[in-house]
Amino acid sequence: MTLPVVKGASYILVQAPSTLFQYGSTQTQTRQKDPNAEYLKQIPGHLRSFEACVGYAPNQAYIGNLLPDELGNIAEPWYDNPVADASRFGAQGEIMPEDEFLGLVKMYDSFDLVKLTQEFTELVKAKLKIHPIFKDKDLKALSEGVEFNEIDELVNKHVADGLYFEHKLIGCVKQAHDTDPNLNAHVMLENSMTKASGILALLNLGRLGYDITDIEYVIEASEEACGDVNQRGGGNFAKAMAEGAGCVNASGCDVRSFCAAPAHALINAASLVKAGVYQKVAVIAGGAVAKLGMNGKDHIAKGVPLLEDCLGAFAILITANDGESPIIRTDLVGRHTVGTGSSPQAVITSLVTDPLDRGNLKITDIDRYSVEMQNPEITKPAGAGNVPEANYKMIAALGVKRGDLERAEIMNFVEKHGMPGYAPTQGHIPSGVPFIGPALKLMKAGQIQRAMIIGKGSLFLGRMTNLFDGTSFVMERNAGIIEEAAAGQDDTALKTMVADAMRQLAEILLKED
Amino acid sequence: MDLEIQARIKELSEKHGAENLVIILGGAEAEASGLACETVTNGDPTFAGPLAGVQLGLLCYHIFEPEVKDLIDPVVYDEQVSMMEMVLDVEEIIAEVSQYRNQYCQFL
Repeated sequence: MTLPVVKGASYILVQAPSTLFQYGSTQTQTRQKDPNAEYLKQIPGHLRSFEACVGYAPNQAYIGNLLPDELGNIAEPWYDNPVADASRFGAQGEIMPEDEFLGLVKMYDSFDLVKLTQEFTELVKAKLKIHPIFKDKDLKALSEGVEFNEIDELVNKHVADGLYFEHKLIGCVKQAHDTDPNLNAHVMLENSMTKASGILALLNLGRLGYDITDIEYVIEASEEACGDVNQRGGGNFAKAMAEGAGCVNASGCDVRSFCAAPAHALINAASLVKAGVYQKVAVIAGGAVAKLGMNGKDHIAKGVPLLEDCLGAFAILITANDGESPIIRTDLVGRHTVGTGSSPQAVITSLVTDPLDRGNLKITDIDRYSVEMQNPEITKPAGAGNVPEANYKMIAALGVKRGDLERAEIMNFVEKHGMPGYAPTQGHIPSGVPFIGPALKLMKAGQIQRAMIIGKGSLFLGRMTNLFDGTSFVMERNAGIIEEAAAGQDDTALKTMVADAMRQLAEILLKED
Repeated sequence: MDLEIQARIKELSEKHGAENLVIILGGAEAEASGLACETVTNGDPTFAGPLAGVQLGLLCYHIFEPEVKDLIDPVVYDEQVSMMEMVLDVEEIIAEVSQYRNQYCQFL
């Protein structure tokens, strides 16, 4: 039996300010109530440029150009202190501007629902031509575009939702059915964007040097649902994304558990690899259109730019043990059970100390905890505080209650075992997974030994249960031993011993004869 | 405060009488806890929910406040809440919540 390892990771941001304005849920709900609301009028003045988005330090950390710890050296507010040599391409991903992304939405449209104008198609084709991932044959899917009037008519007839760039109508996503609410234009737009961003994450794994054509299974872990009137969440985003990215040997499925889904999906992927069902599994997720500008009202009221202007996505590659990549310890998995209860103490015990106790590890044996890594510059003005810091304090406080730490050491623990939050508030995106990429780098360099990845989800939002959810696992530096080979040697030795014993017995029997 | 929760509180106070209701908050942050207390005493300050302009004046405490804490079995409190006392800014939360209670509560 092999140990599963984290082989690679890619992280994607798509800056989508026009989509934020049109389709973020805070904006659509405000518009529904009052199309002339003051808040909507203020939005354009609070959006940032693509350059500002790329130079934003947390975004550079998310795509792997900065380590999370390095954010501590950058003066706050980070939005006023851009990274000088920032690049849209990162050591572990990329930041894509909205025009290129709308091109991708068209390129991966399987049912001819997406229309772009001829002028915009030309512009996007020229930009994607110089993108390191896309080849001329990929760009053929952009076709030649259609007349603006065709798009304008579809949008005015309310059979399509407009696509905008720099607030100008440049395309649309048509409804996929005239009466099915699950295939209406808005749902199709959201799902098409989730799909395109997930594909981009998979393709970036390829750009970073991993062969994605031999991935056998893809697990998708976003928070959207695709289906029709008879099966609202039928799925399978995973297979659609694998198809788009050219993973011809992959099948897949979707895993859902609100923000906890990525951690569940990674445990599933690691288990499939450990059991030998598959050798190479990708866990991926696309972004959430609805969450764009979610806390925009608070941000504008407090003079903060609209920092929730990015869709987030990721792809993590789990493979059989290669003797060098970090191991996922499937024996050190934490889970919030139905009977755990909802007090923070019970939750942290189930997710953190229960698995550590199983491995005879102390809270301080984990070098870094990756919790809900939301960027505090986004959450603090919205009244949600510094989420990662609160999580670290909870882990430390539980350590105090268990006698692992002195109460005076709480802030030292936060400093040493935590890190600043840097992920966009896209729900499943900040939940534990952002640190897998940096942990891979740090563990390979021998700088840290263990990390714990924790995912938490608010199941009660679906109104099927009042329960909360969470799961966690330990990621550990590879000791460099590949078990299969070791197991093979053990088998040979055993067989030799048995054969020797049989031979000796035969000799004794012969002598007795 | 969530619009649905505002609706439930309004409904409960109509059904049982505002004088028979106590709101216990478990918010993790002072400003948000204060806002919740303001909503159930003086009305929704954001004018977005069912309690906009509705001054229920309810009794409202945060779970950390001694008036509530002292009524709870210490073993249960230790199991369920005490860890969070080490994590959150208890004094700031109490100051914020009690400020609105003292100003707007009609049943003190």
